[in-house]
Amino acid sequence: MAKARFSFPTALTGAMTLTIVFIVFAILGNIFWFGHAHLSWEFLTTPPKEGMTAGGIFPAIFGTVLLVFLMTIAVVPIGVVTAIYLSEYARETSPLTRLVRLAVSNLAGVPSIVFGLFGLGFFIQFLGAGMDRALHLDLTFGQPCLLWAAMTLAVLNMPVVIVTTEEALKQVPEDYRHASLALGASKWQTIWRVILPQALPGVLTGAILAISRGAGEVAPIMFTGAAYFLPQLPHALSDQFMDLGYHVYVMATQSPDVEATKPILYSTVFVLLSVTFLLNLSAIALRSALRRRFQRG
Amino acid sequence: MIALAERFIPPKPDEVLPSKEAVLKVIRMEARALSVFYGNSEAIKRVNLEIEANKVTALIGPSGCGKSTFLRALNRMNDLISTCRLQGQILLDGKDIYAQEMDVVELRRRIGMIFQKSNPFPKSVFENVAYGLRVNGLRERGKIAEIVEWSLKRAAIWDEVKDHLDRNALSFSGGQQQRLCIARALAIEPEVILMDEPASALDPVATLRIEELMQELKQDYTIIIVTHNMQQAARVSDFTGMMMMRPDRAGELIEFDDTHRIFTRPKDRRTEDYVTGRFG
Repeated sequence: MAKARFSFPTALTGAMTLTIVFIVFAILGNIFWFGHAHLSWEFLTTPPKEGMTAGGIFPAIFGTVLLVFLMTIAVVPIGVVTAIYLSEYARETSPLTRLVRLAVSNLAGVPSIVFGLFGLGFFIQFLGAGMDRALHLDLTFGQPCLLWAAMTLAVLNMPVVIVTTEEALKQVPEDYRHASLALGASKWQTIWRVILPQALPGVLTGAILAISRGAGEVAPIMFTGAAYFLPQLPHALSDQFMDLGYHVYVMATQSPDVEATKPILYSTVFVLLSVTFLLNLSAIALRSALRRRFQRG
Repeated sequence: MIALAERFIPPKPDEVLPSKEAVLKVIRMEARALSVFYGNSEAIKRVNLEIEANKVTALIGPSGCGKSTFLRALNRMNDLISTCRLQGQILLDGKDIYAQEMDVVELRRRIGMIFQKSNPFPKSVFENVAYGLRVNGLRERGKIAEIVEWSLKRAAIWDEVKDHLDRNALSFSGGQQQRLCIARALAIEPEVILMDEPASALDPVATLRIEELMQELKQDYTIIIVTHNMQQAARVSDFTGMMMMRPDRAGELIEFDDTHRIFTRPKDRRTEDYVTGRFG
């Protein structure tokens, strides 16, 4: 007799897996179904009108992309350098290393609204106001703006970049380190010329995770730079900006006419997901291009 | 790279010791009462050994007897292990390599190393060989290309790779990769080449090619090889050191002599047992 095809564990684990698939499709399907109808070229390229019950979302798209870009160029270098220190230089048993590791893992567990408050307190009221005083400026950096929102997001994403980069560095075989050192390369030359290039795809994975999370976070930026409504685009780091995630929140909670806002809301969520997806896609494309280059040598 | 040429200083009179055979004998490296510890456990105990220039010196002995530890002490690769500590002295051309003023990076330029597992970088053949030159600050492209070609020829792999210099080194066979690693080490013109079981992962044909290469290279370099393979030691080396683990698990050098004598008339009973295969 053939073995019974049905078994309880198979059914249970299978059913749970299908539930996940169902939830993902329910969310994405819902958004696509109600979101695509309102999409138009005009929607993507014009600012909101009539108290967000009409018009487009261009300033929010622009703001989100700019924000994520600034966050990435802040978080990746700092995160990578920290990971290099932890992986290559720090002595595993020293109290400082333990402290840094404790800080990194705790940072990862902090709720994002706390980062928003931190950004407001540290970046805006302390650093920004201090800069204004030192540079004798009128209120410029001592207020919510693009720069501080990007920095707050960078701090939020620091742990993920550090952890993924450190993993990538640790996966580079010891053989390469030994080969390089035995050829009279210094430790830094070994890191810079052999280890880091090998770990670069892993570093980009960290950046991708940071981008995914950064593009969707609302709480850290609502106190630190995102604006309720701005018809014009930001043109300096000290300007406020519109953000897709925050725009969704605003429309969902503050709209004067809920029914009129609904299609716009759906389409905005659709665009938010698409923008996140596209930002990810470009990072993934960059990563596979780098992988190919290093495989060729 | 000028420094490379300057380093090749002819031996000073006091380093040249006349032997009974009245042949000039140059001691390139010397271990004096060398003990190495990992934490509290002693890996090798009071090894005294003279490495003659332009000869192949083999270290044989069972696993765990400290051969590799000894080898890695010679170019200070043991420094990478934080618990590793050392007593005694190792001299290169009469200078203590563990002395304060010795630059470990410079030392490793003078003492090349070939590892048990071939470890070319996942870069092109050309970039692999050029690596040591680049980290030493050589920038002229023409000069780099010249040295890369010379090194690959010297390592007897030029004919196999000359049309594939931009191919990834990892796409070649194990034997080719190991010869590529030798070429990479030769490019920076070391004085001494340490080989840690260089052929243990290779098939007999590839092994033979490495062995032939060693005979070629000893004209210009001093070679120290650690091997499990006694036939290999007998074939390639001029001198052989027999190491063995003491009851307290520390390795010691129990006999050192001409290879011929070690394999025909060893003084120590344990050496005789080992080389004749009666051991363990």
